[in-house]
Amino acid sequence: MILLFLIASFSISAYDTPNDAGSSITLKFSSSLPFISGEVMRKNSDGEFERMASICSSDSSWMDNFTVDGVEYFYKIVLTTEEGIVTSETVSAVSSPQWFHKGRTIMLVMVILVCGFILFFIREARGGKELYVRPIAGIEALDEAVGRATELGRPIMFITGIMDMDDLQTIAGITILRRVAKKAAEYEAQVLVPTSRSLVMTAAQETVKEAYYDAGRPDIFNPDNIFYLTDDQFGFAAGCDGIMVREKPGAIFFMGSFYAESLILAETGHSTGAIQIAGTAMPSQLPFFVTACDYTLIGEEFFAASAYLSRDPLQLGSLKGQDWGKLIFFALIVVGTVLMTFGITVIRNILMVR
Amino acid sequence: MVQIIGIWVASLLTLCIFSFLYKDNPFYKFAEHLFVGVSAGYWAMYSWYNILVPNLGRPLFIEHEFILVIPLILGILMLLRLFPKVGWLSRWPLAFIVGMTSGYYLVTFLQTNALEQARATIIPLNHINNIILIIGVLTGLLYFFFSTRHKGGIGFAARIGRMFLMVAFGASFGYTVMARISLLIGRMYFLLGEWLHII
Repeated sequence: MILLFLIASFSISAYDTPNDAGSSITLKFSSSLPFISGEVMRKNSDGEFERMASICSSDSSWMDNFTVDGVEYFYKIVLTTEEGIVTSETVSAVSSPQWFHKGRTIMLVMVILVCGFILFFIREARGGKELYVRPIAGIEALDEAVGRATELGRPIMFITGIMDMDDLQTIAGITILRRVAKKAAEYEAQVLVPTSRSLVMTAAQETVKEAYYDAGRPDIFNPDNIFYLTDDQFGFAAGCDGIMVREKPGAIFFMGSFYAESLILAETGHSTGAIQIAGTAMPSQLPFFVTACDYTLIGEEFFAASAYLSRDPLQLGSLKGQDWGKLIFFALIVVGTVLMTFGITVIRNILMVR
Repeated sequence: MVQIIGIWVASLLTLCIFSFLYKDNPFYKFAEHLFVGVSAGYWAMYSWYNILVPNLGRPLFIEHEFILVIPLILGILMLLRLFPKVGWLSRWPLAFIVGMTSGYYLVTFLQTNALEQARATIIPLNHINNIILIIGVLTGLLYFFFSTRHKGGIGFAARIGRMFLMVAFGASFGYTVMARISLLIGRMYFLLGEWLHII
């Protein structure tokens, strides 16, 4: 009679873990009675129950991450109470993967919206519509810096940061390198590009080579000017510093992803008297570039630079589309904050990504 | 004995690097070239033993995970740069890396840099700190609007946003300088303590 009462006060359910890639079943249980210890037992259709895990009184769920999709598993929980051993009813479930993660619906919506805006504005730009981009001081100084280095008869130094080609900032830096190299080729100046990653060196060599071809000066392209130093952060910084003080470049560009070496590089460049332009989206390093460089492209200005410089419809349309994306977030924050002030959390909840 | 030699080498190399504070000199050049060379060699070995062998060599040639033939081919294509006639083939793995990276990070950045940030900014306007935070975020966001002329009200708001950015940079600058000073203290402690035993 007591055992029957105990079983009645213990509930258990098993179901396929939602929004996952399969191989997982979740067990939910609740007990209104205190127990000393508990064990989760599992078996498949033709096997014997075996112990899978121990549970304590504060647990209310347990996840079995070692299931085979499509196979039915049976679970029960064995509790040790002061009155004796209590076994729950047996429940079963089958695990399977889900194609769509419902907790990430907002991500899908935002990707569609932002990409939709971008595609729309690219189409507009290609159709001949003039898309405005506001002036950005650092970008307008790029040509000036190249010109100044040429007048001084000194090379130009371009550093793409210390990260690899899988970093978007490095890719953005390489895009700006193309513009700088083309201008340098027109002025018959040399561009030195020390890199800390072999892949970046390869990409930079290709980019500079194409820029010199575009400018009609492939004859003055020197692949040895784009070279690998080391993957080591401070080894790279020491190498760049040495080049700065020996080659005395007239203009130095820091365009990419930088970490603790940023101030070492920018300060050394500053001491050589070179005009310095930096661009990065690393919030922790921006203060150093703002302090030690003549111009700094802050965060997204850095990514907007290539669109501004090239006036390419594809990039201009992307920039305009991203602005509309920002406008959506601006509106969401304004509306969400007002509602939140009155205790309504609907917008905040919508933005939750699980 | 080996430890003492190690401390002496590290200390002398540290002084060589510090000598750059005066000006470029042969001691700095020696330390710089040694540092660059040793670190390049170290990373080459690190890449071989920690990336290529466990992620490609062993799974492909011992465990026969033949899907890894694809990155192997892409890697070989990259090495074709060494041969000018077929060097253009190295653009394929580069294009793959750039394209894959852009697509992969679109989702990651949208979640971490946009949705989570926006969500964290939605706070009730019941405290002066919250109000300052909201104004800072919204005006900062306006500063990064590129397709609108920064004139009139938008221009004014963008200037406010720029001021917020500069205040944040100033705070970050001070914080990081303090961290760098602690690094310097660590190095001085090594020189004066472990090497010279003065402190």
